[in-house]
Amino acid sequence: MMTTSGMLIVAEHNGGNLNQSTARCVTCATSIAGARIDVLVLGHECSTVAAQAAALFGVHRVLTVDRPENAAPLAAVLAPQVAELAAGYGYILGPSTTFGKDLMPRVAALLGVGQISDLMAIVGPRAFQRPVYAGNVIVTVEVPEGLKIVATVRTASFKPTPDGGTAEITQARVDAALPSHTSFVELRAGGGGARPDLQTARIVFSGGRGVGSEGNFALLYALADRLGVAVGASRAAVDAGFVPNDMQIGQTGKIIAPDLYIAFGISGAIQHLTGIKDAGLIVAVNKDAEAPIFQVADVGLVADLFQIIPELEKKLG
Amino acid sequence: MVCLKRVVDYNVRIRVKDDGSGVVTDGVKMSINPFDEIALEEALRIREAGQPVEVIAVSIGPDDCQQQLRTGLAMGADRAILLETDTEVEPLAAARALLKLVEREQPDLVLMGKQAIDDDNNQTGQMLAALWNRPQATFASRLEIADGRATVTREVDDGLEVISIELPAVVTADLRLNEPRYVKLPDIMKAKKKPLERQNLAALGTDMTPRLRLSKYEAPLPRQKGRMVANVDELVSALRDKGFFN
Repeated sequence: MMTTSGMLIVAEHNGGNLNQSTARCVTCATSIAGARIDVLVLGHECSTVAAQAAALFGVHRVLTVDRPENAAPLAAVLAPQVAELAAGYGYILGPSTTFGKDLMPRVAALLGVGQISDLMAIVGPRAFQRPVYAGNVIVTVEVPEGLKIVATVRTASFKPTPDGGTAEITQARVDAALPSHTSFVELRAGGGGARPDLQTARIVFSGGRGVGSEGNFALLYALADRLGVAVGASRAAVDAGFVPNDMQIGQTGKIIAPDLYIAFGISGAIQHLTGIKDAGLIVAVNKDAEAPIFQVADVGLVADLFQIIPELEKKLG
Repeated sequence: MVCLKRVVDYNVRIRVKDDGSGVVTDGVKMSINPFDEIALEEALRIREAGQPVEVIAVSIGPDDCQQQLRTGLAMGADRAILLETDTEVEPLAAARALLKLVEREQPDLVLMGKQAIDDDNNQTGQMLAALWNRPQATFASRLEIADGRATVTREVDDGLEVISIELPAVVTADLRLNEPRYVKLPDIMKAKKKPLERQNLAALGTDMTPRLRLSKYEAPLPRQKGRMVANVDELVSALRDKGFFN
């Protein structure tokens, strides 16, 4: 029998593979309390994903709802199913990615509770910290007894749980009526191409307004491809049209925590720094010695990136 | 219907109050949440493209929110509604109040920013869509309306997702949906004559009970400033010392 303190994690996946954000949510859940952790996989023909979820260390059980309507991750379709299956759980968690941000508030509203966005640290079983004002302020949020806790987990704040689990996989039954008012049309892949995924890469190079143009980003891509690292960008570079939106790192883009982050021509607005503050080593190259990014960089170099990138390519490649 | 939240202007340097009860807002410049401004701009462009629609700007908050609604009217909204309250309004409570207005006004489309730049919650649009039992399209960077449906391009982690939704629906604006217009002086004068309805939020009778308690505000721990290197050779050896690119 499920207890009310049990935890349900909504898995993020693309139909074939589990997104690493789910393993990070499991780590968050294990840090909250000694409650049982179940993972919910909503999808279609998603047995590979369910098996990957079952292999995560710390997971007790994987629930799957396999139906054609779940082939694309449409919040309006998934939310009633999550809300129905949430009945036996005290905590319902999802990743603070665009998938989770779209879905979880809809779930919370159906359950009549608030949602904690971007849960970044655990103060107690019902108290958590999250960033507000673009990361300029950290607020502690407490949830009164008796209310379900619905949250999106700031993935960069938690390491992925390792494999090693042997959870059972069960088909869950859902009676909720699903709407037909929303349909998936297409997903156009972003700018990363064959490069490592920004949110899981060990090393990320990133360019800002200082890179100057879409054409100049080729320099950074060449260096990154030579070294096999991921490429991101600041909001300024995305707004200027140098790179596609999915490369944006920062409070309103992707929040990342690579082992090494090298920023080229990025001044370091607070909303950008919020997106990288959990990186292991931050390196900044900028010709402006006054750039705020030097206040947080572990290693800084005041120089013209157009000289530095070719030199780095020679010396590291 | 477009929802405009009054927030601390994005250029203001945020300071936490000494007692940790919130952030300093006395004497601080307040503005329309920038994402909401984009949402309003989109509504105005839909009207200017020839759709015979009325654009209603809505806000929830203290009496001072009239300033932001007047700015919205100056941008081009036809009329405005303020749901007045002096207490904090959580996203779920805001969604419940907005639902009341939606039931009264019967809009074809509700637009708002994907998040407010103060609490960064990113919840109200999704919650309203859930309570209304209608479609939602969050993180919109392109919106096309035809034959009672909207085709929305959404900025998601994997790239750009396109979905088709039946109207009425809730759409939340991302940064790249458009660039809001500047307000001109004659428009500000004209906006003074446009209708602005004020209603007491409590009189709506919606459930406003807080679900969360925000107990302590604090500045984040600063990351320590590191060291500067003089050239690429020093940079490369710093990286290799840390175990990278060996």
